[in-house]
Amino acid sequence: MARPPSRRPGHNRKAQYSLFASYVVAVTGAAIGLLLIVVAIFDPTGFAGIRAVTAELTRPVSVGLKNMVSGVSSIDEVLAAYWRAGSQNVALRRQVEADRNRIIEAKAVAQENARLKKLLKLVDEDASQLLTARLISSSSSSARRFARLNAGRWQGVQPGMPVRATEGLIGRVHSTTPNTSDVLLLTDSGSIVPVRRANDNVPAIATGAGDGSLEIRSLSAGRNPFKPGDLLVTSGIGGIYQPNIPVAVVVRVQGEIAWGFPLANPSRVDAVVVERAFEQVVTRPDPGAPAAAEGAEPGNVATP
Amino acid sequence: MIDRHLHYVPRLGRNPSRFRLAGIPVITVMLGSSVTALPVIAQSPVMPPFGLLFLLSWRLLRPELWRAWIGLPLGLFDDMMSGQPIGSAMFLWTIMLIGVDAVEHRMIWRSYRQDWLIAGFAIIVCMAGGLFFARITGGGDVRLLLVAPQMFWTILLFPFVVRQCARIDRWRVMA
Repeated sequence: MARPPSRRPGHNRKAQYSLFASYVVAVTGAAIGLLLIVVAIFDPTGFAGIRAVTAELTRPVSVGLKNMVSGVSSIDEVLAAYWRAGSQNVALRRQVEADRNRIIEAKAVAQENARLKKLLKLVDEDASQLLTARLISSSSSSARRFARLNAGRWQGVQPGMPVRATEGLIGRVHSTTPNTSDVLLLTDSGSIVPVRRANDNVPAIATGAGDGSLEIRSLSAGRNPFKPGDLLVTSGIGGIYQPNIPVAVVVRVQGEIAWGFPLANPSRVDAVVVERAFEQVVTRPDPGAPAAAEGAEPGNVATP
Repeated sequence: MIDRHLHYVPRLGRNPSRFRLAGIPVITVMLGSSVTALPVIAQSPVMPPFGLLFLLSWRLLRPELWRAWIGLPLGLFDDMMSGQPIGSAMFLWTIMLIGVDAVEHRMIWRSYRQDWLIAGFAIIVCMAGGLFFARITGGGDVRLLLVAPQMFWTILLFPFVVRQCARIDRWRVMA
């Protein structure tokens, strides 16, 4: 095939000018685009407000589709449950028997805890939960890992609030629109979470790798203390995430770095909980009451 | 009666509406960009950028349809839908369209394979550029290897998308 007819308009002056003008517009627009990105380097959420238009428009579609597929997406689990259902049933029953005793013990401990706190006159209200919502879509074609939440500014969601599921931490709110908000997932390469090992408090930093795994770097010098199977929970440092939210499990150790996988899979969880930032919960507005903010160091805020 | 299996019967002297002629390509590109509204919570960049694929398909199928500035509004819409910083696709798509214009001037022969080659280069440029912009706007240390699989199957998907575009195009120009 010969090449398509040339776009050069020949001797027609008007057509020549029109073609030239189109290139001028294109180059100017591209320069404006570049300028917007330069602005975004310094203020990543600055122009994200424009996104409110499309976010609000596509929200009903995404919510409807999500409702439709939420039953379908777990179908493999349902089918897998039939496999060896009998032996599994027996094993699970034994597990329940064993767990029942533990639960009773834990309840007693909790009661004792409450009694001791009362003796010490410590007030420990858990006013951190804000609301429960669903993740409806995500930035599936981009290198960044954002998920869209079905609740926004009008529901009280603010940028910086941590988002968690029952299984573990999901991420934190990045930007909000009236009825939706973008959640920066744990696995985004721009997300940094201060964590500690659950059983012995070895502190570390969990950074997303962008492909669903987490890069965990120990804060202590010397040999890498982690080994596969270690459970990591948030440490509460930085003032964003509550302490003791499960984050990840270590699967591989490679020199200085340990690789982990998040415990909560955002594509599997049904609903997520938006919490108030830890610092807001533990610091009280009135200066008279001494705040129990030893765990929160505001200078060390975990923002990228 | 005319054969009832013929859905569209072209008639002489009738023209398709202007909306169909000009609007359908724009709408297909915007629908391609809107794929991110599907309720998929992706853990890694897996979804091919369908907006870019449709734009390239229309540009290579119908060189006379759009001028290079069409990359600005369509790119802005794509930025609003994808998680990329605003301005990323605006810049990359426009530059890519100007680049395709320049390449077309220099090529003597064009066929399906050359189109695929041009599209392949354009996809690599746009996705690597998008990765770079994501990186400098707070994305942290993102490696090129992360989007390599996505690049690969986006290039493989191009012939399919171009065929769908051709099918839509046949309907578009038929009265």
